[in-house]
Amino acid sequence: MKTVYCRPKCMKEAHFHYCPGCGHGVITRLIAEVVDEMELRDKTICVAPAGCGMLLYNYFDIDTIESAHGRGAAVATGIKRVRPENLVFSYQGDGDLAAIGTAEGFHAANRGELISVIFVNNGVYGMTGGQMAPTTMLEQVTTTSPAGRDSVLQGHPVKICEVYATLDGTSYLERVAVNKPAAIIKTKKAIAKAFRHQQQKTGFSLVEILSPCPTNWKMSPLDSCRWVDDVMTKVFPLGLIKETKKC
Amino acid sequence: MLIRTIFSGFGGQGVLSMGYTVANTAMLEGKYVTYLPSYGVEVRGGTANCTVVVSDEEIASPVASDPEFVVVMNQPSFFRFQSILQSGGLICVNSSIVDTSCARGDIEVVVVPTSELAEKLGTIKVANMIMMGAFIKASNIVSFDFLMKHMAEILGEGKAKLTKVNREALQLGFDYVKE
Amino acid sequence: MSGNSAVGEAAVLAGCTAYFGYPITPQNELTEHMAKRIVEVPGGVFIQSESEIAAINMVLGASAAGARAMTSSSGPGISLKQEGISYLAADELPAVIVNMMRGGPGMGNISPAQSDYLQATRGGGHGDYRTIVLAPASVQEAADLVYVAFDLADTYRNPVVILGDGMLGQMMEPVTFTTAAPRKEYPKEYVLSGASGRPSRMIRSLLFDTKEEEEHNWKLFRKYQLMEHNEVRYETFLLDDADMAVLAYGIAARIAKGAIKRLRQEGLKVGLIRPITLWPFPMKIIQETAKQLGDFFVFEMSTGQMIEDVKLALEGKGHIHFYGRPGGVIPTPVELSRIIARHCYQSQRSKKR
Repeated sequence: MKTVYCRPKCMKEAHFHYCPGCGHGVITRLIAEVVDEMELRDKTICVAPAGCGMLLYNYFDIDTIESAHGRGAAVATGIKRVRPENLVFSYQGDGDLAAIGTAEGFHAANRGELISVIFVNNGVYGMTGGQMAPTTMLEQVTTTSPAGRDSVLQGHPVKICEVYATLDGTSYLERVAVNKPAAIIKTKKAIAKAFRHQQQKTGFSLVEILSPCPTNWKMSPLDSCRWVDDVMTKVFPLGLIKETKKC
Repeated sequence: MLIRTIFSGFGGQGVLSMGYTVANTAMLEGKYVTYLPSYGVEVRGGTANCTVVVSDEEIASPVASDPEFVVVMNQPSFFRFQSILQSGGLICVNSSIVDTSCARGDIEVVVVPTSELAEKLGTIKVANMIMMGAFIKASNIVSFDFLMKHMAEILGEGKAKLTKVNREALQLGFDYVKE
Repeated sequence: MSGNSAVGEAAVLAGCTAYFGYPITPQNELTEHMAKRIVEVPGGVFIQSESEIAAINMVLGASAAGARAMTSSSGPGISLKQEGISYLAADELPAVIVNMMRGGPGMGNISPAQSDYLQATRGGGHGDYRTIVLAPASVQEAADLVYVAFDLADTYRNPVVILGDGMLGQMMEPVTFTTAAPRKEYPKEYVLSGASGRPSRMIRSLLFDTKEEEEHNWKLFRKYQLMEHNEVRYETFLLDDADMAVLAYGIAARIAKGAIKRLRQEGLKVGLIRPITLWPFPMKIIQETAKQLGDFFVFEMSTGQMIEDVKLALEGKGHIHFYGRPGGVIPTPVELSRIIARHCYQSQRSKKR
């Protein structure tokens, strides 16, 4: 008999504690699959964030360090510079990378740090209870934008990929999603590509993943997946944003 | 014996390097020495100064509120530092551009026309070295012979090609001041 | 050599291979020295970071990756670093942080001051933790304490703060570097290098389980107790026959020494206790001195921060005098000696009565 599906080797025997319909579990698993398939477990160091994503160190069976909220790119920089032979990636949410950690992410990208950032964009602060994030859609209702996000008062959704694309230090930026099987396959390819860019030292790589958050969006998992397509991708168009060299 | 000296003038007149050279010389002579450059706001005002303390024992504070010696390369520094000089203290003044007619009566003033002397050597850049030669003669703060002997070591490798002209300038300043 | 450069050079000689910093006066020469020097070392890493916050977090990453890592700053920048220092302490990662203090609070000024004593000795950031704080009084001692700082950081896996001030950083003094004696090897079983041939490792401070977090706190506490027991450093000067003990650290202690020499010439029996570790604080020597004399004179370039520790040490015994000059003002030994003399005569008079 042939095994076609099993737990990735670099995942622990633990159950995901993410909410039903949440994208984090899918993303965590995709990263583990890529690390397995590229045979990188021995070399990989993961920088975990503050936010829902921090739970990943209950699941990954690879070397992992927690970073303070927003500082993932700086911590990853410190590790990668000391251990250039390792594969170093940080896993960050939208509040983490696009608000409190704007400076750290932006400047790591600008320096062309040879790290990969897995950027999970679900448009809200998940762990703290669904507050407005820098990536929240206009008119989207959150606990801190109860009347819907108003661009006059609360600004516009931040497009990290497009901003980073202007920086010469970045070599690979792609926006993907995990709301349906075809998108998930693309996401996995994108993660692998980001790691290859790091290995080939082309520059800073980032994969932005649009991810559903049914709990805080107050939607069913299915509606959340549809909402990603119907609303989010209109503001955050999917696809390759920048690639300086084919990897 | 504890001697505090303030070197002062415009930024670019080699004021800090004067202090640094004296401090370095004293250090190699085996003295206790501190060198404190002024940093921050007043540097932007156009004047630079540094304080060198030379002593036979451990130095408590590198700051000089009432120094024994002052070396002055420009007019604002003259006003500022003659007022804090100890009574009976010595002030070496670059008389080429500083008017000393309002000097205090209780201090010793040594005037050195550094620009005119420097012209003899064909470069204004050594005005600070001339002043230093004169200052060492007047103050006897470090051994002049020791400085001349260990010039290369004291000024550092970067200045090696200037050693000759620096030597001449120091000697010129030293000889300018009469016993 | 300036204090800033000397600290940088000593760090390189002590095996520091990763430095991250952000410009702030009066410590820029240290960052500049590292920019030139550390890249000469195999594997040496220098980054001028985008902020103090980024710098300390790069230190955290480099330390987790096994490097001897360091950052430096002054008051306002050190405030920004507190987040990272708290994480370093919680994660039990070694690091050396240099603070060349200046006048504060707020932007304050760039003149030398001792305004960050409490911030440094009480942890500084959020949470229940301590850092070892070393306070050099000369450029030579600053260089020497850098070696000590890195060793203490590795021994206890804890951040160590070198607390200087603008004057120490800026002033030049002769300095000799003890050519690096073969360094002790420290177990590095926490270092992240990729889970090759061993189980994966995790460095984190997030412990949702309150019992676990409590145990972690007590574990750290036991470590701090060990430091208090083993790492107290201080210097005394003319204390044996003294009627009054001056307490001062860093540059203030130098000034106090000068003042004491003058006072001795006047026949006043004044001695000095100079804490070299501000945390752990040299409680014992103060308590022992209190058996011999009753007058303690605390001198700080602040409105009085270390005095709190002196009070704690004395437990109500003795009489505490205080002289402080905050805001970047540096009193002279003469000025200080006059003040101390006045206090001496006053307390002699009150004893006669």
